[in-house]
Amino acid sequence: MQGKHTMKKKSAKQRSIEKKSAKQRSIEKKSSESKYVEKQYTEKQLRWYKLIGKYKSQKELFFMIIPCMIFTFIFCYMPLRGWIMAFQNFKPGKGYRGSKFVGLQQFEFLFKDKTFWQSLRNTLVMSTMNLVIGTVVALIFALLLNEIRQVGRKRIVQTISYLPHFLSWIIVCSLAADILSTTNSGVVNNLLLKLGIIDSPILFLGTKKYFWWIYVLINIWKEMGWNTIIYIAAMAGIDQSLYEAAEIDGANRYQKMWHITLPGIRPTIIVILIMNLGWILNTSFEIPYLLGQGLVLDVSETLDLFVLRYGIKNGNFSLGTAGGLFKSFISIILVSATTWFANHKSDEQIM
Amino acid sequence: MKKKNIKMEPILFHTFNTILMILICIMMLYPFWNTIVVSFNDAMDSLKGGITLWPRKFSTYSYETVFKNELLLTAAINSVARTVISTVLGVFVSALIGFVLSRPEFLWRKFVTAFFLVTMYVSGGLIPTYFLIKDLHLLNSFWVYIFPTLISVFNVIIVKSFMQQLPDSLVEAGKVDGAGYFKCFLHIVLPCCKPVLATVGLWCAVGAWNQWFDTFLYCSGESRLTTLQYEMMKMLSSAMNASAQRDPAAALAGQMSSVTMVTPASMRAAVTVVAAVPILVVYPFLQKYFVKGVMLGAVKG
Repeated sequence: MQGKHTMKKKSAKQRSIEKKSAKQRSIEKKSSESKYVEKQYTEKQLRWYKLIGKYKSQKELFFMIIPCMIFTFIFCYMPLRGWIMAFQNFKPGKGYRGSKFVGLQQFEFLFKDKTFWQSLRNTLVMSTMNLVIGTVVALIFALLLNEIRQVGRKRIVQTISYLPHFLSWIIVCSLAADILSTTNSGVVNNLLLKLGIIDSPILFLGTKKYFWWIYVLINIWKEMGWNTIIYIAAMAGIDQSLYEAAEIDGANRYQKMWHITLPGIRPTIIVILIMNLGWILNTSFEIPYLLGQGLVLDVSETLDLFVLRYGIKNGNFSLGTAGGLFKSFISIILVSATTWFANHKSDEQIM
Repeated sequence: MKKKNIKMEPILFHTFNTILMILICIMMLYPFWNTIVVSFNDAMDSLKGGITLWPRKFSTYSYETVFKNELLLTAAINSVARTVISTVLGVFVSALIGFVLSRPEFLWRKFVTAFFLVTMYVSGGLIPTYFLIKDLHLLNSFWVYIFPTLISVFNVIIVKSFMQQLPDSLVEAGKVDGAGYFKCFLHIVLPCCKPVLATVGLWCAVGAWNQWFDTFLYCSGESRLTTLQYEMMKMLSSAMNASAQRDPAAALAGQMSSVTMVTPASMRAAVTVVAAVPILVVYPFLQKYFVKGVMLGAVKG
């Protein structure tokens, strides 16, 4: 009985609510319908809206990066269109569009040019010598530096040996020219004379057979300390317990170096070697330019100098660009190949 | 007998090692020391040679000449100006790009990273770049020292990998508090990156200070835009040409005939010292930073 009564009451209430909110309900219905419809749209466009939202929230990031990208585009990508010069007979007055297109003619000239092959050879020889000798010397130096146990002494040696890296090539060449000079102030000649090894001063910078060695020595002097940074850091990462185990087994200092330290930093050495191999056509510009004048031109001229001489000094822009393009082309292939190789064959990632 | 050997070996090795290290240090420092000595020695006296460890006839005349020389003074001012401007701008731009590329949510991250990385490997080369600078009317303008080298991708990579090590929550907290990306960058991320910014700043500064090739290529016609390194290059070049003639007598006579008390050699020594001293002064203080920077760059870059 009571239940029925309440039922009636409820229904009456409900009816009254229904009457009151008839309008509202119709609106609600409509809105729920429209929501349903909108959901159908958003299923399709949800991603799109989200993306726009993301772009809006990252507006500032784009404002920050786009000017830099434009800048890079102008200064790094725009020059690439100049490569077309290598296939033209370029005249500065006519511009890129007006100059005559000659196909591969410039490259034909280039490959027939004796000085081009000479400079390619010089570049390769100097780089290879520098790479091999420089790496070996840096490794030995790093090994010996690693044996110094006193932190203070080690740091002093490191500080001094990094120093030349920060001096400009001009200063370094200037110092080298002074030291190797034949006048009274040439320290090397003086020393050799005093020791009685030679009778008269040697013209170091004017003799062809010395030039490549001087190039390598100057490079070592400047970069030896700097190149050790990475090796020393790699050595610090070797597990010390290996050395302790080796000591228990009776290994001496050199055996530990050979069997623990060197294998421990092998991945680093390989990565560095491979990366440098990619840049093998890049020699230092200043040593050949400043110290390789006159008498030793045959052995000192590099690809960069070739480009400079033909391109800027003689005004044969197309031939110079062709030389430069040849160098870039080989370099890009080498660098991408070596980077790929290093990424796939070694544990340490480069890129 | 055997025991003795085992005990002797470390002593022998360490003695040998120490001597070698001292020799290396002398080799690294002596050329520079010799130049300093020559620069402080009387120029005419230097011609006799034999100056090794200490000035024989002390004189600051070379330096007086250098600092009175208007061309060299202009060169020094230009060198300082380009170094300061390119360091400040270069550090800021590297940090800016590094920050954007280090945001994991950035939509174009992969594309933009590739966009910058490509420029490390591909370059237009000497002559096309020269024509670009010419087309942009930057020849014989001070800005050619700043703009082309402003964005260094290597520095960007170093800054980026440093910023990636910072916790993401730093920027997120800033965003929640209502700061935009740029404000987060300026007030939150930049102050956390001081060590890496010091490294990048050192490299920018050293690069700008040591650069001479752009002066040579783009501004050699304007003496008011010359730089110290370029002036040094000219001095060295003429010295090399003089010695290449294999006639020291002629060169000597040329030097003697000039009534001044300086010789090209002593001038060059003085300028070398002037050009190298700023680096020598700044560099030891930054050593602890750049070693870390090299590691970051080498592992990630």
